[in-house]
Amino acid sequence: MFTNRRKRLTIGLLAAGAALTLAACSSSDPITGGGGGGDEAGSDDPRTIAVGSAGFAESEIIAEIYAQALEANDYTVERTMQIGQRDAYVAALEDGSIDLVPDYTGNLLQFYDDQSEAVTSDEVYTALGEALPEGYEVLDQAEAEDKDSYNVTKEFADQYGLTSLADLVTVEGPLIIGGNPELAERPYGPIGLQEIYGVSPSNVQFEPISDSGGPLTVQALLDGTVNIANIYTTTPAIADNDLVTLEDPENMILPQNVVPLIASDAATDEVAEILNSVSAELTTEDLIELNGRNQGDEKASPGALATDWLAEKDLFQ
Amino acid sequence: MNSLLGALAWLTDPVNWSGSRGIPVRLLEHLGITGIAVLVAALIAVSLGLYIGHTGRLSFLVVSTTGALRALPTLGLLVLFALWLGIGLGPVIIVLVVLAIPPLLAGAYAGVESVDRSTIDAARAMGMTEWQILTRVEIPLGLPIIVGGLRSAVLQVVATATIAAYLPIGGLGRYIFDYLTLRRFEPVFAGAILVTLLALVLEGVFALLQRLAVPRGVRILQGSSAARGGIGRAERIQLAAGSLDGDAPPGPPGDRPDPVPAAPTSSHPTQ
Amino acid sequence: MTWVLANLEQIWRLTLDHVALSVPPIILGFLIAVPLGWLAHRYRPSRGIVLTVSGLLYTIPGIALFLSLPVVLGTRILDPINVIVGMTIYAVALLARTAADAFDAVSNDVRQSSVAVGYGPIRRFFVVELPLAGPVLLSGLRVVSASTVSLVSIGSLIGVSSLGYFFLNGLNRRFPTEILTGIVGVIVIAVVFDLFLVLIGRVLLPWARDARPSARRGRRAVA
Repeated sequence: MFTNRRKRLTIGLLAAGAALTLAACSSSDPITGGGGGGDEAGSDDPRTIAVGSAGFAESEIIAEIYAQALEANDYTVERTMQIGQRDAYVAALEDGSIDLVPDYTGNLLQFYDDQSEAVTSDEVYTALGEALPEGYEVLDQAEAEDKDSYNVTKEFADQYGLTSLADLVTVEGPLIIGGNPELAERPYGPIGLQEIYGVSPSNVQFEPISDSGGPLTVQALLDGTVNIANIYTTTPAIADNDLVTLEDPENMILPQNVVPLIASDAATDEVAEILNSVSAELTTEDLIELNGRNQGDEKASPGALATDWLAEKDLFQ
Repeated sequence: MNSLLGALAWLTDPVNWSGSRGIPVRLLEHLGITGIAVLVAALIAVSLGLYIGHTGRLSFLVVSTTGALRALPTLGLLVLFALWLGIGLGPVIIVLVVLAIPPLLAGAYAGVESVDRSTIDAARAMGMTEWQILTRVEIPLGLPIIVGGLRSAVLQVVATATIAAYLPIGGLGRYIFDYLTLRRFEPVFAGAILVTLLALVLEGVFALLQRLAVPRGVRILQGSSAARGGIGRAERIQLAAGSLDGDAPPGPPGDRPDPVPAAPTSSHPTQ
Repeated sequence: MTWVLANLEQIWRLTLDHVALSVPPIILGFLIAVPLGWLAHRYRPSRGIVLTVSGLLYTIPGIALFLSLPVVLGTRILDPINVIVGMTIYAVALLARTAADAFDAVSNDVRQSSVAVGYGPIRRFFVVELPLAGPVLLSGLRVVSASTVSLVSIGSLIGVSSLGYFFLNGLNRRFPTEILTGIVGVIVIAVVFDLFLVLIGRVLLPWARDARPSARRGRRAVA
């Protein structure tokens, strides 16, 4: 099977040959082409920044704000929006496809260091700075926060008297968790519920739903396919559907401040200054409002939202 | 290449062969989804195709709808129906049915259409009713082509049923989607290999069925009169509809002896 | 509708991206599949290999293919090349068999006549076999074109921009209009491509038009 596959791929390669040759000619600079490695980010021109975003709307809005702020300062921006989940966009950052992506401090910290003892927002930010591998850094974090949260329907909460994750041990029958597939392996996923909140492993099931806590996840919760769902706190659907967000007394889910994750090569003082002035203004309320306009009746585009936000904050006008 | 080796290791690990997420369960789920979708599609498309082929009415429908349906992006349809109907089997089946209709419709139509005019006239002269002509002459003679359409449909649906996992119904696609965001490629590739193997097995089964579908009398007849070359109208319609199968011939089936899997034509894997 | 009008610029940009991802695989697929198909037609032993391999390639689930290409090709994971190569592989898988059948369908009498009038193999291929296989190749190419245009959208699952963006983003925002816009966009591109291919067919294969109506229920060769 393996060798067969190899043969097949070889033929695929032949197929690809022409395309590749063309691509190689256009994308790699013959002068710097010998370098290899992961640091040929986006472009060698320091005034060109490749901005990416995670695969959900809020990330794209924040990325668009970064992009427009940079453009207002005469940077050329290449956009690659909605790349996927953290594993995918970090890989994109590593292989130089992008230079900059908005991220969230706690989850990013746990991605690199799941043993961290950090609890407060500042501790997490400091620990994150230390945990990041060589070649990447985070700039100032914003006050704005968007956390993972566990939500149940009002009826389910009433049935078992749930207000906090610590109450989950009382739930009889299977606890079916809905969330993005990667949650299965995150420390704040089913593993965390078992280890930190003592939910019996035999009582936990996980349903991966690939829409980042979007409408499918919400619907799965409402129609009973799952009975607890991982949804981001700034999602308008939580309030719209009267969902109960369970408290997290043990701080299993770390603070999640918005933070620019950037390749060190691209993080010149000027770029840092621009993005820090964005982060200084970005609040959680802003995120809720921006998401509301994006997902609600207005359906405003990320680009328009970013332009409005920058104007409202009087940044780089 | 390491991930491919990893995929093989993953495939041979007994842990992955047991439990509600084990390979046998996922395989059955995959077959179940495929079966339901093809059955529903066949009820619609084969009856329509037989009607069109028999009466000659609405034949423009075959080429135009099969072309248009083929251009429908599966992923787009899936998320649209998921939004309207919620997550579950419904949207998945709808999307797969849409996918299976073109080859089934084209196969049924071309099968009936391929029957020689004079044979039908002879049947009519013998006093057969229209229903008898359809069921005793046109369907048996056109059966290899009709089964050929079924074969294309099954292969497309098997490959595309992987998307069911997006919603998240079961099936082998779960190995792909559940581990995709984690970029853990061993199960992802293992899932892909399993889908490919399943497609191969089904391909073999249908190639055999298609051979068996040739009426015995026709087989004997063709033994003597086989002549190479020449693509008839029916086969060209299948082509235009993208469901050409090498051994689904209006020309003699014995003519192309290669026992080779046909390309499961058109639209496609794991959107 | 207001959303469509307000976002025309983005729709147009993604449409162009979609076209740019779709065209190379269709052309490359054709250029690769025709010689393969001819090989399969001409040399019996190669037929089994070519057709089996292309049949197998076609059943590899798209996402797995797109994901494995950076590993195999050494490309970056967000590189559109991954999608282009993946789609080219599918195009070849679809077309190789059609091409083999198309060459098979060229009448042996015609082939032998061309030998008799002194055509060498190369001239025979370009002047006799290829044009006669043309109509069947064209119909195969039309299928490839439609399925490529529709399939390119799954590139959005791995962050390669196309009209597929509207599917995921529309889902994210619970916004059917956006998803429908993407679907309609894909269909429009597919139809335009198809018309273009038909037009090419009319220009390059003017005789093919006459073959159709007269062949009803007949067993005549295409040409």
